[in-house]
Amino acid sequence: MAALYEGFTLCGLVPTQNASDSAIQGIELDGDSDHALVTDSTRSVTLYKVSDQKPLGSWTVKQGQLLTCPAVCNFQTKEYVVVSDNKVIRVWKDEDFNLDRAFKATVSADVWRVHSAPGGEPVVLFQRGAVRLLDSLLSAPQQPIEDVLSEEEVIRWSTNIVAEKQHFVLFTTEQKGEHFLYVQRLNPNTLQKYRLEREDSRSAPLSFSASLRDKHINLLYLYPNGCVYQSVVAARGYVGPEGVQALPRSLRLRLPVGEGELGAASAVALDEAHVAVVGMPHPSARTGKDFLCIWNTNFQTLQAGKEMAGRIHGQVGIRIWSYIFFASNFNQMTLYLYLALKIHFTPIYINDHSFISPQVWCYLGKLFVPHGKALSVIPYECQKSSLASALGKLRHAGIAVSKSSVAVPSWNTLLHGNQPQGPAKIVATRKSKLSRKSQSVQALTVDQVLKLIKTGPVDEVQREVEALVSRGDAQDLQLSVGQLACHLVARSQAETTFYTPGALAQLVRTQCLCHSVCPDLLLLALEHKDYFLCQLCLQLFPDIPEVVTCACLKTFISVPDGDVEMVSLEPDSVSFMEGLVVAGARGGQQNGFSPPLFEEDSCDAHHQPKPTQHQDKKNPTLQLEACPVGLHKAVLLNEVLQTPYSDNLLLPHLKDLNTQQVILFLQYLQFVYLKYSQDVYTQTPGLRSPTVTQVIDWVCLLLDAHFTVLVMAPDAKGLLSNLNSFVKSQVKLFSELGKIEGSLQGLHKMKLSKDISQYSIEVIELF
Amino acid sequence: MGELKVHRVRFFDYMPTAIRAMAFNAHTERLALARMDGSVEIFNFTDHYFQEKVIPGKDSRSIESLCWVGGRLFSAGLNGEIAEYDLENLRPKYSLEAYGGPIWTVISNTQGTQLAIGCEDGTVKLFEVLEEHIQFERNLDRQKGKRNSPSDCSLTYRLLVDRGIGGSKSRETVVWSVAFLSDHTVVSGDSAGKVQVWDGHTGTLVKTHLVTKWDVFLPDLAFQFIAPTLHQQDKEWVRTRTFKNHTHDVRALAEIETAIVSGGMDTHLVVRPLLEKFDEKSHASGLRKIHFPHRNLVSCAKKAGLLLFQFPGQLELWRLGDSDGHGKPGDRLPLKWKPEKLLLLKRKGEDHICCSALSSCGGWLAYSTVSSVRIYRLQTDNNISITKVSKLPKVLRSAHQLCFSSDSSKMFAASSQSSVLVIALTQSESWSHSVTFPSPGSRQPIHLMTTSVDGKWLAAANSDCEIHVYNLQKLKLHCIVPVYGSCPSAMGIHPTTNNLTMVHADQQLFEYSIVEKQYTDWSRKLQKQGLHNVWLDRDTPVTHVTFNPKNPNQVVLHDMHMFCIIDQSLPLPDQKTQFYNQMTLRSLSEQERPSHLHAFKICKTFQDLLCVSLLDDQSLVVVERPLLAITSQLPAPVRQKKFAT
Repeated sequence: MAALYEGFTLCGLVPTQNASDSAIQGIELDGDSDHALVTDSTRSVTLYKVSDQKPLGSWTVKQGQLLTCPAVCNFQTKEYVVVSDNKVIRVWKDEDFNLDRAFKATVSADVWRVHSAPGGEPVVLFQRGAVRLLDSLLSAPQQPIEDVLSEEEVIRWSTNIVAEKQHFVLFTTEQKGEHFLYVQRLNPNTLQKYRLEREDSRSAPLSFSASLRDKHINLLYLYPNGCVYQSVVAARGYVGPEGVQALPRSLRLRLPVGEGELGAASAVALDEAHVAVVGMPHPSARTGKDFLCIWNTNFQTLQAGKEMAGRIHGQVGIRIWSYIFFASNFNQMTLYLYLALKIHFTPIYINDHSFISPQVWCYLGKLFVPHGKALSVIPYECQKSSLASALGKLRHAGIAVSKSSVAVPSWNTLLHGNQPQGPAKIVATRKSKLSRKSQSVQALTVDQVLKLIKTGPVDEVQREVEALVSRGDAQDLQLSVGQLACHLVARSQAETTFYTPGALAQLVRTQCLCHSVCPDLLLLALEHKDYFLCQLCLQLFPDIPEVVTCACLKTFISVPDGDVEMVSLEPDSVSFMEGLVVAGARGGQQNGFSPPLFEEDSCDAHHQPKPTQHQDKKNPTLQLEACPVGLHKAVLLNEVLQTPYSDNLLLPHLKDLNTQQVILFLQYLQFVYLKYSQDVYTQTPGLRSPTVTQVIDWVCLLLDAHFTVLVMAPDAKGLLSNLNSFVKSQVKLFSELGKIEGSLQGLHKMKLSKDISQYSIEVIELF
Repeated sequence: MGELKVHRVRFFDYMPTAIRAMAFNAHTERLALARMDGSVEIFNFTDHYFQEKVIPGKDSRSIESLCWVGGRLFSAGLNGEIAEYDLENLRPKYSLEAYGGPIWTVISNTQGTQLAIGCEDGTVKLFEVLEEHIQFERNLDRQKGKRNSPSDCSLTYRLLVDRGIGGSKSRETVVWSVAFLSDHTVVSGDSAGKVQVWDGHTGTLVKTHLVTKWDVFLPDLAFQFIAPTLHQQDKEWVRTRTFKNHTHDVRALAEIETAIVSGGMDTHLVVRPLLEKFDEKSHASGLRKIHFPHRNLVSCAKKAGLLLFQFPGQLELWRLGDSDGHGKPGDRLPLKWKPEKLLLLKRKGEDHICCSALSSCGGWLAYSTVSSVRIYRLQTDNNISITKVSKLPKVLRSAHQLCFSSDSSKMFAASSQSSVLVIALTQSESWSHSVTFPSPGSRQPIHLMTTSVDGKWLAAANSDCEIHVYNLQKLKLHCIVPVYGSCPSAMGIHPTTNNLTMVHADQQLFEYSIVEKQYTDWSRKLQKQGLHNVWLDRDTPVTHVTFNPKNPNQVVLHDMHMFCIIDQSLPLPDQKTQFYNQMTLRSLSEQERPSHLHAFKICKTFQDLLCVSLLDDQSLVVVERPLLAITSQLPAPVRQKKFAT
């Protein structure tokens, strides 16, 4: 999910004469991440500290001169660079007070923009398409500048991107209604020209935004019909043939424009799944208001929206400059994505473009939007979306709390005991003391048993531990059980032949143990293939880490059925599973009723019920199959399903499963889900069993973890389409529930309105 | 019928008091019920649980226990006195100090010759029941370590011992209640929630019933637990069932032959029939709850638009609001002015108000306690003023019912021995006694009175089910309406025809022509055809009858759950007709409707009704007292049970 937070005003704006013009020409980052360099539309450049909303410095050119390009920061020299009157490049430092006294150089051609990004030298882009590094240009300002663009071809937007020491300048041009993208590589210099696909309406793109992702440059552009397209250009290596290539594009998002077209809007990519859009009306608000919205392109959903008071400023003609730089460690792809989207004034093209695009800049988790009489800074956050979270249920519902909740010792009970039960407890301990006395003299203390564990033979250790646990009372146990378990596990780990399953199981059963007390226990059990102990631990430990859960899952799912069937498991869970399997074997359908799941689509509901045979053919895999795993294996998998987890932590470990395991597990989950969705099977309330929600959650998690692999795997195709139908049926269920909720609320309101006061005069009618 | 403007009044904060004690007289099938405020009510269980009589309470009186001796009713309470009640004049006959501190219980032997009381000091005192009096006989001392044996004092049924006496075993819990049975079986209930059955001979525990884990338990008082088995054929006590009819503590229980009757802090009386005593589902086998008194606490001045609310300790006079708007059915009209509380009149003395009346012009107000009657002159036009009429005739000592004539020139007071006093207004705004109508037969108290609009007739009904009609011009008894077996619960004289409409506790409806001294044709037709079963199955009596002055065919009457407009011009419903037909009629078209109409137009929109009356401007006044509002004002129960037992 993405969220827009409460914004603040960075500075006020002085309205320009032309109301549609923005007072701001550009916002650039200083070397300091908290600084923003704001260039206004005429003569001045101001440096702000964003978090304090405080100006740190301001520089102005003389009256009569005009800044024609936003000031940028040369990150290498900590100097600022700006262009005035198209041809004069000015360079100054923080300490300089007067811009006129700063260094200036007049070049021989009109400059379009100066671009700068951390990790790269500033680059100068001329209006006719030539590109020079700033240093080399300043060393010979009057050098001849060649024309790259043809006649009538004008730059619309430009940006630069620094990736792995490779410096790119991107710019788009327009010529006779055709749009081109130029990708200029520096050192060595190569220029690639792409033609943008024509939109049907022959309209020009409203805004561009470029970002670097996975060593590819992603170009995002928005058309007036609300379509947001993405094109990918390889960032390195391959240099295509000379000439103009077509640039393939893919539709990422279709904004609900309503009737007509967007007059002016800008889209900027926030991350791979989120796009911020300004200038577009909110789908659910009345028109005429400007909103800042964040859309998720994966799910095509609106995730956050904020009304911007006053007009969002735009400029005539657009130039969107965007650059990206990465933090030092490029390989980690850590996500310092700094995008700049700029639209600014180019006096030459006033007549060409009548549309006005609003401005938005995005730096470091903050969106800068000039609107009304202020420049607002709005922090945002985009979280990674997953199917699991999109479905809305992350954690398992509070089932089976009864067992596990006891396991965490309460200090209160430990120290003071339960007050009301006080006398009873004393009696009990007295009794146990008596019984202890009456027991054989051999009964050992905890310390003695601990000593014995270190050296004693298996049988004796087993016997003594069991004796100790069975006679001890709860208070003593709380403290000693952990010690005993740790010692037993330590010895077992040291000596492969030493393993006391009975004693360990008994210790776990006291419910005084949890995973954090003895972290190696569960892994030890896995190692010794002691599935019964594993089951006990999964049932009784409230705090198993996700990595261990995953290890269990992996072991359970890959163990051959024959190995597990011999193991004796907890009878309740086995009988639950038997019931589940038998429920299907009985034929599944009652009175010819077929659960709605089998319907391919909701529109089928209007049709007459189809003959079952037809359905069989149509969707053979959906028919109830036998349980894909053995009974005991299923029991163990059920335990995993019921283990508490947090999906963010579980997801990376789930990726360890191989495709076959994933498919098998998904098949099993599908089996359980199908059983549950049949009316035939009614859950026995007493038995510990996974809930439908848990099953669904796990399906989502697996899909999130392995989606690409599953899409490629041919044997998963049927499974996926089935799962798709699950999702459909769930979505349908929830939409129905939503409707019910609506009508219930309606009822509620009706009741409220009937609230009767102390006195009223009413009219009734009798017939 | 058309649209009606309804004043929906909810500002009458009537609050019944908690039920404290009950006694059932199996011979007369009357249940006596005592409330916390010291009032005693008599219910006739043979006559549809009709509330026959109400003896008003008194501040200093507190009743802990009631006891019938034959037809005589005794009470004992925390003031340490035993009292006997005069059931004809609805007042205590005498009271006697027992000199043993607060009295917790009173009980008689089966012969009705002796009364035993249990006092705070732990003694049991025996009184001899004489014809007009009771006389102290002897003291039974406490015996150490053993409880008072019933054989000592020849009480053959059971003896309740006060709670000060401990059990035969020393226990930390408090034994709240002990019952001693004739075969020496002792039943005890204690604060640990157990009911235990002991063998009195050997002192051994026979059976323990754990009734509830947490509640302070009063076995003969609380939570409807009863082993309704004071029969000992099988030697074992079996817990039969648990009832939960009350939201609050149950303070009184009585077992009658076919039902368990209970009452408590939540102020309503519950009659829970024991279903094994009934062969089939019938009217008598249903659960019955009695919330409201079966008499009027609201007087309505139809001309002036005033309402008088009667509380035990005060009277409230309200002026209704008004609205000049018009609306569709179902609308709530905007108020032109709000209702206004004109007056709060507190009673004088300890005795509670037993009846009150407001003249229809709104100029006179009267109320009575057992000791005095007061009349007030009211000015409500601009400046509200109230003046007590200082001189009242001496003969007017107290009244069971008060009623003004429609022109406010006379007041009628139901007095002792079923007589009616007529008090006339003289020129100087003082009232003088003009005549007394003695009762021709019964001496039972009059509980209903009504006059005709033309001032000619007065009808009075008493608890013996007699209705006397007096001619006010000739000042003599005109006739006695043929006695019907059920007590009249409401009656009214028609303004134009002078027919007397009577509704009885068994829901029967009669119309009697006073002039012709016979039932009217409509009434005969109704009786011939029989009332609809749905009408007869209602479980609350009709408590008010009024007429529509504009439409002589219409009679308005109401019970707790509905009001009904009877249109005598329409056909009577037969058993097959849909009785509650308003919804159906609404859905029908204008043309179809007439064929579906019948005489009983019932409206259930308003619930928990205390009064429904038709004002002279044709608008209806409906006084509601939602039970939820009563419940919300009750004190919190000791411990509420949240889950199933």
